[in-house]
Amino acid sequence: MTTPSHFPGKLPGQQNQKQRPAKQVITGAEAVILSLIEAGVDTIFGYPGGAIMPVYDALYDYHDKINHVLVRHEQGASHAAQGYARVNKKTGVCLVTSGPGATNLVTGIADALIDSTPMVCISGQVPRHLLGSDAFQETDIIGITMPITKWSYQITEPEEIPWAIARAFYIANSGRPGPVMLDITKNAELGTLEYEYQPCTHIRSYIPVPETDPHALQQAAELINQAKKPYLLVGHGVLISEAQQQLRAFIEKTGIPFGWTIMGLSAMPNNHPLNTGMLGMHGNYGPNIKTNECDVLIAVGMRFDDRVTGNTDFYAKQAKIIHIEIDKAEIDKNIKVDVPLLGDAKAVLQKLLPLVEEKSYPEWLQEFRECERIEYEKIIHHDIHPSSEGLHMGEVIHLISEKTEGKAIIVPDVGQHQMAACRYYKFADTDGMVTSGGLGTMGFALPAAIGAKIAQPQREVIAIIGDGCFQMTIQELGVIAQDKLPVKMVILNNNFLGMVRQWQQLFFDKRYSFTELVNPDFVAITQGYGIPAKRVSTRDKLSDSIEEMLKSEGPFLLEVVVEKEANVFPMVPSGAAISDIRLE
Amino acid sequence: MQKTFTISVFTENVPGLLHRITTVFTRRKINLESFTASESETEDIYRFTIVVKMNSREEVLRVVRQIDKIIGVFNAFIHEDEEVVHREVALYKMPTKTLVNGKLENIIRAHNARILSVEPEYLVIEKTGRHDETQELLQKLKPYGVMEFVRSGLVAVMKRPYSLEKYTQKEPAVHS
Repeated sequence: MTTPSHFPGKLPGQQNQKQRPAKQVITGAEAVILSLIEAGVDTIFGYPGGAIMPVYDALYDYHDKINHVLVRHEQGASHAAQGYARVNKKTGVCLVTSGPGATNLVTGIADALIDSTPMVCISGQVPRHLLGSDAFQETDIIGITMPITKWSYQITEPEEIPWAIARAFYIANSGRPGPVMLDITKNAELGTLEYEYQPCTHIRSYIPVPETDPHALQQAAELINQAKKPYLLVGHGVLISEAQQQLRAFIEKTGIPFGWTIMGLSAMPNNHPLNTGMLGMHGNYGPNIKTNECDVLIAVGMRFDDRVTGNTDFYAKQAKIIHIEIDKAEIDKNIKVDVPLLGDAKAVLQKLLPLVEEKSYPEWLQEFRECERIEYEKIIHHDIHPSSEGLHMGEVIHLISEKTEGKAIIVPDVGQHQMAACRYYKFADTDGMVTSGGLGTMGFALPAAIGAKIAQPQREVIAIIGDGCFQMTIQELGVIAQDKLPVKMVILNNNFLGMVRQWQQLFFDKRYSFTELVNPDFVAITQGYGIPAKRVSTRDKLSDSIEEMLKSEGPFLLEVVVEKEANVFPMVPSGAAISDIRLE
Repeated sequence: MQKTFTISVFTENVPGLLHRITTVFTRRKINLESFTASESETEDIYRFTIVVKMNSREEVLRVVRQIDKIIGVFNAFIHEDEEVVHREVALYKMPTKTLVNGKLENIIRAHNARILSVEPEYLVIEKTGRHDETQELLQKLKPYGVMEFVRSGLVAVMKRPYSLEKYTQKEPAVHS
């Protein structure tokens, strides 16, 4: 391909400009800050360094308009921006320097892509004339992040800054949201431009929300109206499109029982009479069994992840599948569907509502209740009211759920404690769950909880963290201390990488290869940051300790020493059909 | 049994798109048989022509949908061989002395190839055709001593009509 000469001169699709009155001349660095403010940004998670210093210098004059949160490692910035975005529906913003500053964002960018989280990452870059010279702290961050971003752009001239930032925010938070990477060379930060910001509302090669086929709507409605055992799956798309009310209206009219993916948790209150629980590998018994017994399966804003489907050769083969989805590339990607309904979940549900009949399925629902009874007897009862001496993760989450009345924002990390949190926290409020679902990023929770708390200061934010995960981003305690953020942290400590150990026990003949941890004194470390902390290891003190944590005004860390070798059940073994879910 | 598919992708002419498109294949460990890029008949719109060997049209469709959603890509089409008219160009560099006995000239004529340039030491033959045709000529020329051989990627036009009209509207002004 020839070297594109799209800039300077002409940007893609740009019309020739007419003469305009003179505009304010400012530096590129100041244009970055002003453009961010124009894009509605009031919070940035970042870390300064050489190539981004001009922007930090400009930020100094605007600290009344933008709250900059100084993280302790750029990965923390990426997850904090995700936590912020997930509970606020606003785009999270990271600001970092070139080279290692930029590469440290990579895990968070990949996480944001797979969990459809709007994020704009801005990195400094060496001056244009040094590009490709292996200059100090030069790395090809655009090349590195291309497969994990929705869009990326290297800004090498100051004039491009307002355009690129407007475009970045439009792309990040329209259609299926995702991360955008902007790399700004230092000469563009230091150079000047005639500043003018125009929001981006259209890109000719980008269709954020595809049109819904009216014929497919009719087909879907017919399938639903004729169904004897319909089942509905709630995914993250419901929360992203804020379709909670439309979903409620739809299921209450049609009487269709629903289950949710991890990313769909808290789209409805847990106690809704048609809720049947969580899908997938460590989900509930009924949702897995009944997916393979229903006759019509309606998937709303979810992508049939392998942790949800198990072996796809045996997934819902008996059912007609309707897929409500904003991203065309998800249709037939993992599961062949009968009726794709493209579009935004909220709009599609609204259009479908008048076409479906009022119904109820008491016998079908009763089958789910019977599964629940079996699961309660075999698993849940022992998890939340254990008779063994050691504390169970399930009982800790159960108590936190009761004491917060299900109203907190729960930010679980990744592993056994995550599954316990997903299974046993009973959400009363929507947008109550922030977790790394697709990428399974250990170390996500602490920084994500920081972002969530900044976004929703009036809500209780509780990070549920394993002892392995905690040590991956433990340095972000510094942010909590410095910014006095009242984040609550619960460390469920089993001195093991628990989920890996569980797999080693079940599938690798108990060969515990490098999963046992010799941990530091988490309470002492936390207190070293000036944050109150407490350790509890007995059942008689658990309830009071949780109360103490919740009553404390500032941040608080509660370390709960749990049973070393407990397992999470039910479980769909890797490669098995979901209907082969194991209860023990 | 793998089949050959040709994919036509219409895009903006911006840096990085080529990388974004190729990573759709590389992350799935799909080897590209051929990859070309050029302008299209529409101003500012580029087209990539990609040839892949895959198992089924459904499999290709899944990949093409991932290409379709890249920002900067207008549309991507999948074709099987009979749905396109396609050609490749091959160049063969031969020692000039091989012309002497007239046999080479017959081969060139029989294959509808032509001599592009003749120098004292070498001559260059050009052949435009299907892959098997340029390959066949290569086999024929080998006994005479091929000094260099190179073949372009495949270019193809579609038999069915298509329109990019809905994409050609200009975006709002960007900056002055």
